[in-house]
Amino acid sequence: MPQHANAAESTSAASPWRQQARSPLLAAGIVILALAAIYLFGNRDSGLVTQSIVSGLLLGGVYALVSIGLTLIFGVLGVVNFAHGAMLTLALYFVYALTTSAGIPVYLSTLIAVPLMFGFGFLVQRLLLNKLTTEGSHEGPLLITLGLQLLIVNTLLMVFGGRPVSVPGSVDGSLRVFGAVATYERLIAFFGALLVAALLTLLLRRTSFGMSIRSVASNAQGAALVGVNVGRVYAMTFGIGAACVAVAGGLTAPFTSLTPTVGESFTVLAFVIVVLGGLGSVVGAITGGLIIGLVQTIGALYLPGTGALLLVFVVFVLVLLFRPQGLFGVRP
Amino acid sequence: MSERGTSLLSIEGLTKRFAGLTAVDDIGIEVAEHEFLGIVGPNGAGKTTLFSLIAGEQRPTEGRIVFDGTDITGWPADRVAKAGLVRTFQLMRPFESMNVLENVMIATHQHTPAPHAARHKALDVIERVQLGRYATAMPASLPTAALKRLELARALALDPQVILLDEVLAGLVPAERAPMIELLRTLHGEGLTVMFIEHIMAAVLALSERLLVMHEGAQLALGDPREVTEDPVVVEAYLGEDYA
Repeated sequence: MPQHANAAESTSAASPWRQQARSPLLAAGIVILALAAIYLFGNRDSGLVTQSIVSGLLLGGVYALVSIGLTLIFGVLGVVNFAHGAMLTLALYFVYALTTSAGIPVYLSTLIAVPLMFGFGFLVQRLLLNKLTTEGSHEGPLLITLGLQLLIVNTLLMVFGGRPVSVPGSVDGSLRVFGAVATYERLIAFFGALLVAALLTLLLRRTSFGMSIRSVASNAQGAALVGVNVGRVYAMTFGIGAACVAVAGGLTAPFTSLTPTVGESFTVLAFVIVVLGGLGSVVGAITGGLIIGLVQTIGALYLPGTGALLLVFVVFVLVLLFRPQGLFGVRP
Repeated sequence: MSERGTSLLSIEGLTKRFAGLTAVDDIGIEVAEHEFLGIVGPNGAGKTTLFSLIAGEQRPTEGRIVFDGTDITGWPADRVAKAGLVRTFQLMRPFESMNVLENVMIATHQHTPAPHAARHKALDVIERVQLGRYATAMPASLPTAALKRLELARALALDPQVILLDEVLAGLVPAERAPMIELLRTLHGEGLTVMFIEHIMAAVLALSERLLVMHEGAQLALGDPREVTEDPVVVEAYLGEDYA
């Protein structure tokens, strides 16, 4: 990770603003060109391609939300949260338990799961991580979140068993978008994720609390000296990260087959997205999420099975090769 | 040390030991309300560590810090800062991702939660340190002199009673020093209590009412600046080379 920071420094030192504005535009250009190329020379039915693009974007919106939680936790606390996927699974099972045993509709269950997961994240940071984070340890929190991941997954396995379960859907039907089919549930997940992402961006940019979070991300010691309670900001940030995951979990619950390890793939993807978008950048996480969603569904047109995931890593490596700090990486 | 009726900050037997090194060694001072206390000493004398201890960034190994009648020893830095005891850094540490106004607003938010009022107050502070034209600039684009003022603004934005200034003049060219000294004099005149670490003796002598000389962590001399600087022990330990 230090390499990324250094690379960001050396390139952005020359002309920080220009660099920053150009690269995301370039990325958008490449994505559009690639899509056009697939339509023209891709040798696939154009209806199928449109369907893949729509599905990819819808999927990417949810990836974005999961990744925002991760990038926020990394950006502010410097903690690589290995339990992120497991926290998503936990949120999914919360929603599952509330809908199946208490009969609460899935989206209402999500609203209940969000504060619960916020509290969970808050306590994890406050009780398990704060001391280590404050001391500037990196491997300590990493090992703890790894342990936490195992704890969550195995507890869920113990309580719910390993058999796949599903949350009863609530909204049937679908919409046709440019000839492609988008189910309402996936549309709700996409727009819900973008809405939460936008609210979070507003919170960070406009509120005093958001400003404290940014000050801690920028310089924790300096923040403490102007009266910011750094430990509290850490705990709140982890809580917000967990709450993002809870929203993502609740929104995807209607079309996800639940097992205690369902979140694992999200951990890996979210890491890819966060590094792709630029560590600590919320906008980067959103862009990265959409790109990875697209790569996965378009890739599935050409490569069978898990081959699409392979393509994700190819894109990831290419981006890192040409822009090691990620698309929106601006860490000075 | 004798009791002074108006003592605002009293430091008693303050000691900080690191493995094998005593960075601050049994420092005891009473800082009176509205006093301007200069602190000098060679590099490594423990001046900055003393500030870190007072500001709550490091815990003292021994000793007590009493601020405005309250024992604040061991308080975390944010609590000390909110209580009205604020330090600045020799090397400026602005929040790079935020503009000057936002940098100051972080501090004004602590006592003024309403965003509009916090913003207003931050602008006032920015004007007070004459940074008005940089209000929306990013720290990376600021010249050194302006960064020094930003550091000062962030501290002032907390409405401190006592401000600990760590070499606010370092890195400024002589032409920039005079306005800064004037600003410090004004702030002190407005009622601020100041502890002032500085290497530039002309500034120390121009501003300080009392002078503490530190050497190898310990208190070498404390008293009237002119008398202290003529003390042979002080001259030998520190000033001999620079101040001839």
